[in-house]
Amino acid sequence: MSAPLIEMRGITKSFGAVKANEAVDLSVAPGEILGLLGENGAGKTTLMNVLFGAYAPDAGDILVEGRPVAIHNSADALAAGIGMVHQHFHLAPRLTVLENLLIGIPGKSGRIDRAGGLARLQEIGRQHGLSLEPNLPVSALSVGEQQRLEIIKALFRGAKLLILDEPTAVLAPSEVDGLFAALRSMAAQGLGIIFISHKLNEVRALTHRCVVLRHGKVAGRVDHPASTTSAEMAKLMCGHEIVPPTREASTPGAAVLTLDGISTSGHAGTPLRDVSLFVRAGEILGIAGVSGNGQRALADVISGMLPPKAGTMTIAGKTVAQFSPRELQALGLGRIPEDRMTTGLVTNLPLADSMVLPRIGTEAFSRKGLLNPAAIRAFAEEQIKAYDIRCPGPMVRAGALSGGNLQKALLARELAFDPKVLIVSQPTRGLDIGAARFIHEKFLAMRARGRGIIVIGEDLEELLMLCDRIAVMYEGRIAGTLSSADATVARLGLMMTGAGHTEEAA
Amino acid sequence: MFRLEARSTTPAWFNLALPLIAIAATLILCSGLIAVAGAGVIEAYGVMLSASLGDSYAITETLVRAAPMIFTGLAVAVAFRAKFWNIGAEGQLLAGAVASCFVGAIPMPGYLAMLLMALVGAAAGALVALVPATLRVKFKVDDVVSSLLLNSVIYYALMALIEGPWKDTFSGYPISPPIEDSANFPVLIEGTRMHLGVVVALIAAPLCWFLIARTTLGFRIRVTGENPEAARYGGINVQRVLISTALLSGALAGLAGVGEVGGVHFQVMSDISPGYGYSGIVVAMLARLNPLGVVPAAIFLAAVMTGAEAMSRATGVPAFLSDVIQGTALLAMLVALLFTAYRIRRVGAQT
Ligand SMILES: Nc1ncnc2c1ncn2[C@@H]1O[C@H](COP(=O)(O)OP(=O)(O)OP(=O)(O)O)[C@@H](O)[C@H]1O
Ligand SMILES: [Mg+2]
Repeated sequence: MSAPLIEMRGITKSFGAVKANEAVDLSVAPGEILGLLGENGAGKTTLMNVLFGAYAPDAGDILVEGRPVAIHNSADALAAGIGMVHQHFHLAPRLTVLENLLIGIPGKSGRIDRAGGLARLQEIGRQHGLSLEPNLPVSALSVGEQQRLEIIKALFRGAKLLILDEPTAVLAPSEVDGLFAALRSMAAQGLGIIFISHKLNEVRALTHRCVVLRHGKVAGRVDHPASTTSAEMAKLMCGHEIVPPTREASTPGAAVLTLDGISTSGHAGTPLRDVSLFVRAGEILGIAGVSGNGQRALADVISGMLPPKAGTMTIAGKTVAQFSPRELQALGLGRIPEDRMTTGLVTNLPLADSMVLPRIGTEAFSRKGLLNPAAIRAFAEEQIKAYDIRCPGPMVRAGALSGGNLQKALLARELAFDPKVLIVSQPTRGLDIGAARFIHEKFLAMRARGRGIIVIGEDLEELLMLCDRIAVMYEGRIAGTLSSADATVARLGLMMTGAGHTEEAA
Repeated sequence: MFRLEARSTTPAWFNLALPLIAIAATLILCSGLIAVAGAGVIEAYGVMLSASLGDSYAITETLVRAAPMIFTGLAVAVAFRAKFWNIGAEGQLLAGAVASCFVGAIPMPGYLAMLLMALVGAAAGALVALVPATLRVKFKVDDVVSSLLLNSVIYYALMALIEGPWKDTFSGYPISPPIEDSANFPVLIEGTRMHLGVVVALIAAPLCWFLIARTTLGFRIRVTGENPEAARYGGINVQRVLISTALLSGALAGLAGVGEVGGVHFQVMSDISPGYGYSGIVVAMLARLNPLGVVPAAIFLAAVMTGAEAMSRATGVPAFLSDVIQGTALLAMLVALLFTAYRIRRVGAQT
């Protein structure tokens, strides 16, 4: 075999007492798509940041085409032919697609070579089916298009190895197919690719080989992902089997949350148009749909961030008057936002502060305007234990936690008050299977206790497993609702495109 | 070769070490200027130190100067915690001074006059701060610009007042009539200028700390400052928090003016504040926005100011050095703050 494109040898990297990577060996051959797997906090991102020059390793070497190289920053990495698409994109929103590509690329005699850039952009588009309108500002691009731009940017700079850190976490299922086609085409032309994902079916469909990390060390390698089962991979990642939870049959009670004729305006996304729905006690209602069809507005209305223009909402028989987060909370609504980092938590403050934030004014945490620091700390400590939130303690910066642990913290802060209804968006986005399973079990336990849950999501498999009924959103309306007995991926998929309307089944 | 690397946690001793390092760096940098001015560096700093902290009288003078900067430092620290960018402490101070001077000139029992001066002065400062806060909350006007520009508005309004209706008809000087003698703040140490307002300032700092660290309003201020979207999602009325913060911040700055009128000058003139409002920004930054740190930071700047005058007399180095030290200290602190987010790492030993 020829020399690998990239080889990492004995990479070790610690953050204080945490060994994020320990003696990791990894190589990628030209034309190979390597899957990098591991639980939340296993060290995948850290390892890739070492490769891309964001962190200096404590020990270990990086070889590019057999030659040792020192990578101190992203410029070194790019010069060595390594490109990376981070989960949070690094684009200038006011500049156009083409301008973003040309940033930092010296043209002839100090001038920007627009024509040359445009030609390269079109060439890359033709080669891999990655086309973008060159003169559109980045702020007008969808998340999927921004990701495409990041990939094009890496290719533009001559990357021979492309690192993608959880690229599919931000994509709609339909966009994933396009991404995979492009990645396969790049690999066919000799590019090496490192692909990180928690979705094992994606890993099995796309990658040629996998490396599994656990607690910073290589826990195993998978040579034929396509012929390995998800369960086997999960076991390598977690060290034990993951059993899917079962949804016991149950008879739902009275409606705990009802929307009647809700319409919205003045919202960045698609507005709601005459949306009516309900969720009953002991029931999980799923909201499916291609993202951008009003799910954002729906979540914002129900969680009190966006007062509707028309329509009413009732919680446990009481009509909502103000649509403020505080009022809804008082009526017994629990809320878990889609964007944990920006909407859920305060990353620069102690974790405990984020965990008590929505209820800081209640008797539990303060009295007559004075905080009760002991109670706040005790609450956080209790939840950290109960939900197995992995962190050094309640006073750690919330931003230092991994995605799965952040989600557990948000879940804990709501469930501790046993809400009558819970609204949650993308509950397991970016979570490893173990953490996702844990969250699913909590939802099912709530359902068994007679609580209502609304899950807004794009992962149809997950919705089908959890939900008693699934409503499909299309262009700001409810296109139809299916009971779990009638719902299949195919039928839901059809309804999501605005075809086949189905009447309320219940 | 060295490079910066993001750090995830900041060790606690940084809070103390950073300002000290920044101050040390400032004094070293400014020693170059002293040398250029033709004086001995050690001698010049020696004079500064002894003139500001060398004996008990010098210490009281430094404290008297520190008092207004404690108030403006607290005003800025509280505002910046909520990311309400109040650059207007100077104007709020002036408003507090004018308002308290009005009240102090009305004959009434002394204790009542003092209390009313404080209340009215604080209210005037709060009212001024309300302007940029309202503009920001209602119309998304940048608070840095509006609060800064308002300083000039207030300053020239004050000038119009003392050149016009308040002008001393007897002497013709542009100064306000003095407040009643009974409204003069009591001097606490015989033979010094150490007045009641200084003690109030020293008490205000721990009170502000308590407010930020231990009350729900303080919690809301902190959360709003760090992440307004999460605050809103968590049920905090972000606009109300910004307005409350502005009122509090303006009131504190207004009290700085009250102290100058009631305890030091007993009237209002055009140079009643040598930029105490702007110094408050330096103080708050050196204190890392911690109200308890405001006291030593203000005392440091006050010592530099009193010391610089004596140094100027003794060595001929212009007293403007005190302004240079202030500015340099702010820049040094901003650079030092970089190290709370990043660490320096040696790389390239193997290359
Ligand atoms: N900058 C940092 N400072 C301190 N600790 C860190 C830092 N970055 C990561 N860690 C810790 O290192 C470990 C590995 O984190 P890393 O982000 O690499 O995990 P990951 O495998 O990418 O997880 P996920 O699937 O959740 O993205 C975790 O314990 C994490 O808390
Ligand atoms: Mg990661």
